[in-house]
Amino acid sequence: MDMKVSKKKLGLKEKYQHMTRGLGWETTYQSMDDVFPFVKYEGIKIHDWDKWEDPFRLTMDAYWKYQAEKERKLYAIIDAYAQNNGHLSVTDARYINAVKLFLNGISPLEYMAHRGFAMTGRQFPGVGPRVACLMQSLDEIRHAQTQIHSISNYNKYYNGFHEYRHMLERVWYLSVPRSFFDDAVTAGPFEFMVAIGFSFEYVLTNLLFVPFVSGAAYNGDMGTMTFGFSAQSDEARHMTLGLEVIKFILEQDPDNLPIVQQWIDKWTWRGYRVLTLVGMMMDYMLPKRIMSWKEAWEVYFEENGGALFKDLARYGIRPPKWLDQIEQDKDHISHQAWATFYNYAAACNFHTWIPTDDEMDWLSQKYPNSFDKYYRPRLEHWREEAKKGNRFYNKTLPMLCQTCQIPMIFTEPGDPTQICYREVDYKDNKYHFCSDGCKEIFEHEPEKYIQSWLPVHQIYQGNCFNEGVDPTAEGFDPLAAVLDYYHLNFGRDNLDFEGSEDQKNFDEWRGMATKNV
Amino acid sequence: MSKVFIALQTNDDTRSIIQAIMADNPHAICNEQPAMVKIDAEGSLTVRRSTIEELIGRDFDLQELHINLISLTGHVDETDDELTLSWNN
Repeated sequence: MDMKVSKKKLGLKEKYQHMTRGLGWETTYQSMDDVFPFVKYEGIKIHDWDKWEDPFRLTMDAYWKYQAEKERKLYAIIDAYAQNNGHLSVTDARYINAVKLFLNGISPLEYMAHRGFAMTGRQFPGVGPRVACLMQSLDEIRHAQTQIHSISNYNKYYNGFHEYRHMLERVWYLSVPRSFFDDAVTAGPFEFMVAIGFSFEYVLTNLLFVPFVSGAAYNGDMGTMTFGFSAQSDEARHMTLGLEVIKFILEQDPDNLPIVQQWIDKWTWRGYRVLTLVGMMMDYMLPKRIMSWKEAWEVYFEENGGALFKDLARYGIRPPKWLDQIEQDKDHISHQAWATFYNYAAACNFHTWIPTDDEMDWLSQKYPNSFDKYYRPRLEHWREEAKKGNRFYNKTLPMLCQTCQIPMIFTEPGDPTQICYREVDYKDNKYHFCSDGCKEIFEHEPEKYIQSWLPVHQIYQGNCFNEGVDPTAEGFDPLAAVLDYYHLNFGRDNLDFEGSEDQKNFDEWRGMATKNV
Repeated sequence: MSKVFIALQTNDDTRSIIQAIMADNPHAICNEQPAMVKIDAEGSLTVRRSTIEELIGRDFDLQELHINLISLTGHVDETDDELTLSWNN
């Protein structure tokens, strides 16, 4: 980059001071409480909004300048990638399923984050956090747009990308990421900041973007790498904001501590559950693997998160709850998730497969305590069955956790052979949970979580069929009716990778790219 | 002491920045990964404008870092001349 650096009239600190202070005022026509109606009900006490400090001291003029530069770089690469049939340079077509999962499951969350920060910024009477929320809101819509633009190139050639907006509100597994963000944006402004700004951005987002995007680069996917790193360059700022949020709230009033601690416990657990999908991508969906989920967890959560919580101890903050279980789970969750998607491959908009022998050996080496003992035998059994023509597709709908909405696939802490079930009776109904964490989160706010839109319940209640479909008709096929409702094309978007149209086309086109035909 | 880190994209812009960081922080460890570089350091890490300017031969605004920054940890303290990451433990 050759960017001209002009001589500064003001230093960084002075400029930040001038451009983020004195811009607000006390309202007189309406009471401040009416203008900012949500800022008190959560119980957080703020005495001096001017104590808010953005450590990067970014102001809007500098923001536009650097964001414009990032966009120019990004679109130049995306154009080059598309013009050169870059999609044919990925390791193999199985990889593209990781991109499908990303577009369907993650990109819509970027858009919700945009809305969330816009709403939250509006609710804060302080100008410093309002400016920070404005920038983050713009960042998030940029992420949604650049991801959609980059990935639309894949939609021209491969199945499963075509209706991500329609599917987000319907397809069973997408209720997991969607409900996570819906939970956050329907909380109060301070909880949203702790949920997304701190717990998700600071503690967990590195796990999503850094190893996965570096993995995309390793697998020859320049498109994903480019939007990923471009988004991540904003995340560094978001993370810093997330840490600032916590420090600011805790320094304002000692009464804020227990409220913030409860949010940290809740949102670290909620975010951790959502990241199960990323663990599965890293361990099973990248043909060339960069690091295991467990290794990424150790670097980005245990090491960095450990340093973070040690630092926050001076405010009285302790590490999030349920870390003992999380520590044990890191050997298991990616395998348990992949097995689930393998089972339900008929109802997914991406393909699954059995890893090759080499890949299984890699998994054995990375997971010496769990893979050979618990997970390899099952994969080998399914492989044998598939060879005999009995590729296993599970047609029974699973029970879902009321809080995280993930099927009950996780095992008891300390016993990976026993599925973990918890339940709570509330107002004449029984509610089910995958873990102590999800159960406790429900118990704290039952009136919120009894409203969850659980895909399996909705299917059984007959709410997931197109209009005019008669479930009592002779020979009614519920799975086919649900897939129609999802706009999922049977035999193209779903089922095993082996024998799929994606596999066939990729091989044929790659052949054409390297030979004269 | 806890570790802080800064991760940057691997490209022509960051080559000199990484070199400057390594020169100014002899205790730092540079890990090269596909398409990115992650620099870990015990306690704290400082990015100094003057060192980068000497290497690239032009004026440099530390906020240009944002363009190629991937991630970081620790408390950030940024002035016109230095960006420091640190933990208070």
